Amino acid sequence: MKAIKQVLGDDLGKYTMVLALVALMVIFNIISGGRMMTPSNFQNLLSGNAYVLVLALGMLMVIVIGQIDLSVGSVAGFCGMVMAIAARDYNLPWFVAVLVALGIGLLVGAWNGFFLAKLGIPGFITTLGSMMAFRGAVIWVSQSISVPAPEELRFFGAGYLPEWGPNTGLNNSTLLLGIIGIAAYAYFQIKKYMHSGDITGTKDPVWIYAVRIAIVTAVIGYFTYLFGSGREGTSFPVPGLILLILVIVYYIITERTTFGRHVYAVGGNKNAAALSGVNVSRTYFLTMMNMSMLAAIASILFVGRATAAGPADGTSWEMDAIASVFIGGAAVSGGVGTVLATMVGGMVMAVLNNGLMLMGVGADKTQVIKGLVLLLAVTFDVYNKSAGRPSIIGRLFGSKEEAKGKESK
Amino acid sequence: MEKSPYILEMRGITKEFPGVKALDNVTLKVEKDSIHSICGENGAGKSTLMKVLSGVYPFGTYEGQIFFNGEEMKFHGIKESEKAGIVIIHQELTMIPELSITENIFMGNEITVNGLIDWATQRQRTSEILEKVGLHINPDTLIKNLGVGQQQLVEIAKALSKNVKLLILDEPTSALNEDDSANLLEIMRWLKERGITCIMISHKLNEVREISDAVTVIRDGQSIDSYEVVAGEVDEDKIIRSMVGRSLDNRYPEHESHPGDVIFEVENWCVEDPSVEGRMLCKNSTFHVRAGEIVGFAGLMGAGRTELMRSLFGKNFGIYKSGTIKIKGKEVRINSVEDAIANGIAYVPEDRKSLGLNLLDTIRKTIVAADLKKILTGGLLNSDKELAAAEEYHQALSIKCSSVDVGVNTLSGGNQQKVVLAKWMFTEPDVLILDEPTRGIDVGAKYEIYKLIHELAAQGKAVIMVSSELPELLGVVDRIYTIFEGEITGELAASEADQESLMKRMTITSAA
Repeated sequence: MKAIKQVLGDDLGKYTMVLALVALMVIFNIISGGRMMTPSNFQNLLSGNAYVLVLALGMLMVIVIGQIDLSVGSVAGFCGMVMAIAARDYNLPWFVAVLVALGIGLLVGAWNGFFLAKLGIPGFITTLGSMMAFRGAVIWVSQSISVPAPEELRFFGAGYLPEWGPNTGLNNSTLLLGIIGIAAYAYFQIKKYMHSGDITGTKDPVWIYAVRIAIVTAVIGYFTYLFGSGREGTSFPVPGLILLILVIVYYIITERTTFGRHVYAVGGNKNAAALSGVNVSRTYFLTMMNMSMLAAIASILFVGRATAAGPADGTSWEMDAIASVFIGGAAVSGGVGTVLATMVGGMVMAVLNNGLMLMGVGADKTQVIKGLVLLLAVTFDVYNKSAGRPSIIGRLFGSKEEAKGKESK
Repeated sequence: MEKSPYILEMRGITKEFPGVKALDNVTLKVEKDSIHSICGENGAGKSTLMKVLSGVYPFGTYEGQIFFNGEEMKFHGIKESEKAGIVIIHQELTMIPELSITENIFMGNEITVNGLIDWATQRQRTSEILEKVGLHINPDTLIKNLGVGQQQLVEIAKALSKNVKLLILDEPTSALNEDDSANLLEIMRWLKERGITCIMISHKLNEVREISDAVTVIRDGQSIDSYEVVAGEVDEDKIIRSMVGRSLDNRYPEHESHPGDVIFEVENWCVEDPSVEGRMLCKNSTFHVRAGEIVGFAGLMGAGRTELMRSLFGKNFGIYKSGTIKIKGKEVRINSVEDAIANGIAYVPEDRKSLGLNLLDTIRKTIVAADLKKILTGGLLNSDKELAAAEEYHQALSIKCSSVDVGVNTLSGGNQQKVVLAKWMFTEPDVLILDEPTRGIDVGAKYEIYKLIHELAAQGKAVIMVSSELPELLGVVDRIYTIFEGEITGELAASEADQESLMKRMTITSAA
């Protein structure tokens, strides 16, 4: 137990959902007779869900500041539709159309942010208004008809990385990506090890870092193989890569920037944040603006994959994004939640969707199951936190030091 | 049974909270048809005593006996004490702003016919009662549309609707202006004539003097003095002596001050109450602090100390009206907390949990929170620098914790306060404002905080310390300003001041 803690950190509770995710993948893989963990299924799963995960990134920050954004689905639908119409009716090149979509996203975000930050209207109300208004606007501008999107966007929505170089049996782009991932992780762990004794004077044991690197190498290696060994011409999907880049960017924003700290500070205690020199209203504004910009990116991925913008695009996307954030352990009252946990939460939803589909469960029943899973996950989380009980992992491996660790005087 | 002259007798009341004896063998006797004042410092136990009386702390959680109209009472809740005719009006008014006067008055005691509220009767009775307290307004008016003074009257009307025999008013005039206060006192006299006994808790000795028939002074949870007086001829000095009369022992570290130049000057600072138009929270406050000097602000709760400090700290509270701040002789414009921090001002708030800390954060993140720029490397937060800073203060302030990565919510009050202090020391301020820095902290930790304050002054910082505890101020600071109703009423060197001279300036307007 102590060894596990040394490798994973003191707070094992945050791995509960990772465990659940792994369990889901294994179980669905067995039930579906091995059809879950195949290259084509995972490529589809990722490119088909990337847009929801992109939304979840922004939603995480909105929820951490203690607000909610209901308008993201409608805003995404609107951005995608305007992009498609701009490209079709005004013959704009695809990249200009993309910029138009991003610009609209920023404008809408500024609109939401203005009502929340400057006028003090709660985010729930502000974005409920935007949700209705932009849903109507999508139908209005499209006249309820789907609009074909520029061909080039398909690369972003469902494209694959190119093949090049010698025949390694895997897609070389994917292989390269995997190697970069492993190398980067190893680099940061080694650097961390080098600095581990700087303050306390005693270096952590080497094996902790070796075990971490080994685990991550195995995981990344497996997924590199899974994504790279598909049929000719396929690889780690482009929307997956875009998502990956965004995850890294937002991980850095939330963990390593002043703005990220302010987001958590405002969500944790608005008054204390204000008395520490945080500009609360600016934090609100930027967070809302960021959310709508990500909604625009999500719409580009989705429209690219669907090859057309439809009048119903974006319907109830906000709910999937919100569910991902809460399954990832964020608190409704704000101040709590991380990018990585949110991604795990989003993947739980995606795997659940995919696995149930593979089993031939209808959309109706899938919806019921997803709803119950959300409720179960959050209930479990709240129950665990409120009672100060050991996490599920703590219970599995049984140990008393868990309880002691909580009290420190 | 012999008819007792007392409507209320509380005998030997002792109430303990975990670790603290809030009330120790307190006795209170209130004569029928009188106005009885209770005086004491903040935290002396006045409110606790009233909560025992009104059943907020039910029978069995305290020791001692309560006799009301000659019968022993065992209240288990407010409902029971109200039924007996004891009604308490709290300092913070407890009415619902979005409901009408009628609805508020009959809240919980609705008059019903067949399970439905009988509005006609309620409204009519409300009108009658409002008439009695001298309010001539429509009973359908919403509470939020009333002034604070009128709301106070509605509270009294509500008490009257419950057939009150003993009315307790906790600091009834603390939020009122002078006219409303005078009106309220008039109504209390009127109530007395109509056979309603009043107990008034008040810091305002001029009011106590004006209307009391008897005074009881509580100090450190004990009833110190109780005597009858003739209204209008109360000896205020005698009350003050009873309120503060405790000895100073060496609970304060030795310290020698070396004040330098004046580095913080405030002139004619005026702030208006954001919720009551025209009421000034600070009136022409003018003061200065030298480098290396510790300056105390003495004032009772609600005197405007916190409001003044928060207003100085980037206009964080109230509506700024006028006034200037000079730092090191140069006038500065400070319009936000960010400006204040940039100009080298730090403010440790009075309420640690709701204003000082994000309880979800770890010690490490809290310590650097007010000056993130210092741990940036190439635009990104550097966790090594963060850890180094956190460890530095962890050692320097001897914060007791298993590691700086634990949540601040796991710490004791004293250690939490050290973390807050560390957070502000990290910003390397020139002027440090400490608002009740030792509130809710045990004696040992207080001593450490005092030492820390002395060290900060020794480093040449200007330290302002606001405190309700006079012995603490006398023991720690160099110079003291007294503040009363938003006005600075005096300035004394700590060596020349004593509790009585301070208390006099903190309470009295009539004699001054």
